[in-house]
Amino acid sequence: KFSHLKSYFESTDSPEHFLQNTKYNAGDADVFLSTKMAAPLTLLFIVAITIRAVLFRSSLADLITERVEVVSPLNAWKRVVEGLALLDLGVSPYAGDVFHETPLMIYFFHFVIDYAEIVFMVSAVCIVFLLQFRKQKYALEGDRYPLDCLELIRTPREMLYIPLKVAMFYLLNPFTILSCVAKSTCGLNNAVIALFILSTIKGSALMSAIFLALATYQSIYPLTLFAPALLYLLQRLYIPVNWRRPSFWLFTTQYVFMYLGSLAVMVCLSFFLLNSWDFLTSVYGFILSVPDLTPNIGLFWYFFAEMFEHFRLFFICVFQINVFFYTIPLSIKLKEHPVFLIFMQIAIISIFKSYPTVGDIALYMAFLPAWNHLYRFLRNIFLVSVVLLACSALFPVLWHLWIYAGSANSNFYYAITLLFNVAQILLVSDYFYAYLRREHHLTHGLYLKRKDGSEATLVLK
Amino acid sequence: MNVAETVFIDNVPTTETDASPPSVTEQKADEADHVLDTMQTQDFPPPSTAKDQFQEELVIKPLHSGDIYASFQFRTQWDTDFLLGSKVSHYRLFPKSLGQVISKFSVRELHISFTQGYWRTMQWGQPFLPSPPGAELWVWFQDTVTDVDLAWKELTNVLSGIFCASLNFIDSTNTVQPSASFKPLGVGNVTDQRFLRYAVLPREIVCTENLTPWKKLLPCGSKAGLAVLMKSEKLFHSSFHSQALHIRPVCKCKSTSWELRQTLNVVFDLHTSGQGKREWSLFKMFSRTLTEACPLASSSKVYVDITDNPQGELFELSPATPLVSQAVVLGDGRTYSVYDLTDHATFGQTHSLNVLLRWRAAESGEMLRPLLHGERYVAGYGLQTGEIHTLVYNNHPYRAFPVLLLDTVPWYLRLYIHTLTVTSKGRDNKPSYIHYQPSKDRLQPHLLEMLIQLPPNSVTEVTVQFERALLKWTEYTPDPNHGFYVGSSVISALVPSVVAMDTNNTQERPLFSSFFPCKEESTYFMRIYTEPLLVNLPTPDFSMPYNVICLTCTVVAVGYGSLYNLLTRTFQVEEPSQGLAKRLANIIRRLRGVPLLT
Repeated sequence: KFSHLKSYFESTDSPEHFLQNTKYNAGDADVFLSTKMAAPLTLLFIVAITIRAVLFRSSLADLITERVEVVSPLNAWKRVVEGLALLDLGVSPYAGDVFHETPLMIYFFHFVIDYAEIVFMVSAVCIVFLLQFRKQKYALEGDRYPLDCLELIRTPREMLYIPLKVAMFYLLNPFTILSCVAKSTCGLNNAVIALFILSTIKGSALMSAIFLALATYQSIYPLTLFAPALLYLLQRLYIPVNWRRPSFWLFTTQYVFMYLGSLAVMVCLSFFLLNSWDFLTSVYGFILSVPDLTPNIGLFWYFFAEMFEHFRLFFICVFQINVFFYTIPLSIKLKEHPVFLIFMQIAIISIFKSYPTVGDIALYMAFLPAWNHLYRFLRNIFLVSVVLLACSALFPVLWHLWIYAGSANSNFYYAITLLFNVAQILLVSDYFYAYLRREHHLTHGLYLKRKDGSEATLVLK
Repeated sequence: MNVAETVFIDNVPTTETDASPPSVTEQKADEADHVLDTMQTQDFPPPSTAKDQFQEELVIKPLHSGDIYASFQFRTQWDTDFLLGSKVSHYRLFPKSLGQVISKFSVRELHISFTQGYWRTMQWGQPFLPSPPGAELWVWFQDTVTDVDLAWKELTNVLSGIFCASLNFIDSTNTVQPSASFKPLGVGNVTDQRFLRYAVLPREIVCTENLTPWKKLLPCGSKAGLAVLMKSEKLFHSSFHSQALHIRPVCKCKSTSWELRQTLNVVFDLHTSGQGKREWSLFKMFSRTLTEACPLASSSKVYVDITDNPQGELFELSPATPLVSQAVVLGDGRTYSVYDLTDHATFGQTHSLNVLLRWRAAESGEMLRPLLHGERYVAGYGLQTGEIHTLVYNNHPYRAFPVLLLDTVPWYLRLYIHTLTVTSKGRDNKPSYIHYQPSKDRLQPHLLEMLIQLPPNSVTEVTVQFERALLKWTEYTPDPNHGFYVGSSVISALVPSVVAMDTNNTQERPLFSSFFPCKEESTYFMRIYTEPLLVNLPTPDFSMPYNVICLTCTVVAVGYGSLYNLLTRTFQVEEPSQGLAKRLANIIRRLRGVPLLT
């Protein structure tokens, strides 16, 4: 049985077969987009845009803009406006500690400040379009797997609905809506990451490097997406990840140069726009050293508010390394599955980054419908969803009790952020588990037997 | 040059700001250098040929509220130059500790004030010299100073020692360099704000330990002269207490001379100090009477404001004095009864002077509203955001005038300058000049300076929104829920005067009327301070750093652990584990060397 599988694997891994698949899929995707799904998608867009437009006009908008869960010091719209006001006063926006956007961002908003609402709505919709293509192609990779695991492989019909589900998950996710209505620039960063994913999936190394550099330039953390992008592009070009192959080194060097080159161009451009390097400390120093302890949904604020002064540097290093650290083991474990690796990296970033907002969570949550074939292996999805929902409801309640009513204290809010993060960690690790388990079943068959023939249970050892 | 400077440049004195001695004195001054050393043996008061002289005066002003305002002014003037390389080592009237400070730190001007209580302009009118609650220090350094910040740091520490005050808490987080509000008051026209440092400690509590060193700087200490009245048990049992010290170079038009001016202002409350009776005497106020002038003083006078009481219909002043002085103070002509303490006749037969004011009427007339008046408060609720409202009143019926508003806000209240609004009479009143320096976390405060034109008879409202920061637990004050103080706003203005101001500098004038230089007849310079603010910040729970560190690390470890688990392990089919008995048996069998059980 295993020999059969192996031979099947070899045959499916042959370039011709794969290429054929890809071509077929791409064509299928275009056809599909233009015809069958157009109507529901359009309807969805109309609904999503209506919700946002109504909220923009309502009195709730001001309330949402102030929410610490929705905006962080890094991406608050109020701070963007402040930066522009400072620029108008002839003061460098980086002279103070209020503005932490990148120089390119401030110049971008300098021109579109009047159309900000539209920009944010369009970016939200764009992200959906960008994520669409990715799903289309990726979903079909299941074809390569053994026949006795048919249950695990998604039917084309299932895959047909993935883009719609992704769109719904992203556009109708309350987190996304809140983030968009608050005009958090997190939405734009998400758009850049989505562009990066799209160009990577399309196989355009240059565009992928440029957008990755842009995402890195915006918020450092997407740096860890370098590994999955490289792995994906290598896979696409049938270059094995092998240290001794010159072709591997050639392509890696090319990609690194494209990436570093575009990053250098952006940084230098920023320098010439403002003629000072202040933005480096004000943006990246701010992200890495976490001086602003405004409460948010992350783990940093209360930890560093309560930290003993002489341990501060040590723990900042530990927490920041923690975000980047997972890249290496994950890339080794998931080197065959770069798209899932992208998902894992985005999720880890949004959990462990220094100033997370719900917009970051919405981005990785948009991936979840793409993994709907993992659903049968998820162990505690119900518990996690309930906890996430409960926490989301409790955030404003406990915030109100602490800040306005004065009947609770900071520990209440902190407890909820802890729980929220535990739930997110469980969610991500559950998906990781399910993904690994599915892979295991795909190679070893779904119904495993013990040596004595009884039904076996799988354990991690 | 910016707009503000063009408006206020007139205010910058370049010449004599104060009374100069008669010209005869000047001629003699050069030839009388040697007199200094032998001065001690001479009769007092010292001849005016001395290079240094000391004047003291006390102004008593009954206030409309029934309270009483007493203002002491002591001036020491010395024709010397601390900065001319040669070390000044012989001090007579000028305090040596301050002289050394001036020469060591190359100070050009130094103004320091310690104030307990808030001056209520609407009830009391204008003070002669305004000061904000807490401690205020502003210093102009010489332009030869290379590292101003270092000099400032050392200077504040030295002054902290001299005055037993917490001035050592002045650091970069509460120091600013105002561009227009604080111009030098002495000679010299260097107005480069790089050499200016301004800091306010609104929380500073002023008490006896600050008064004692301040009194020691006086030539007579508290042994003789007006200073005998300064007993702390009375001075601090008052509604308002402010002691200040100003050092500046003034011009004698041949050479610079240094002026040290020490002022002490105190307002005694009608009910707590006066037992509700509108009857004030020196004894009732200070529990002392005057018996002599300071022997070192060239002039020693007590002024009583009798402007509202020309015929004695409002209150009765005893003992009566024939001396009456007219002075233009704060744009208004005032009349004073004067007691000259250097004249032995003043003390009469009892050899003591106890000035007594006894009201005839129970109520005094309505007070004129002060022309300029400021208020400030924090609006909003909750601990997340807020809004600072500053109200500036122009009560002049028909004249508009510009004011400079200076706001220093600590970094932990993050101001959003785009929310700044200035409205007068319901309309937007765009400031013609804005100098804004945003804050840096834990490094520098916000500095906002604006030039606003106040329409006549109007209230101008300045609002700006802020966000409250959550601090590190070690950055909170010992009682964090008391709140954090934000220093007063400073409003500086050239206010139209009611009577023509006296711009003739050569004429001798009372000390209290001559501090701020005046270059125009129609306007006078005025500075007022608004209330300091007390703002609450969100606080963490101070009792659980260990718990927080443990819990957060646990969550990170959960993340790390679950990923580590999945990364390092592989899926395997679970084999039923052997029973305990069987495993034990196998261990024994292995030891015995017999085949194992399966």
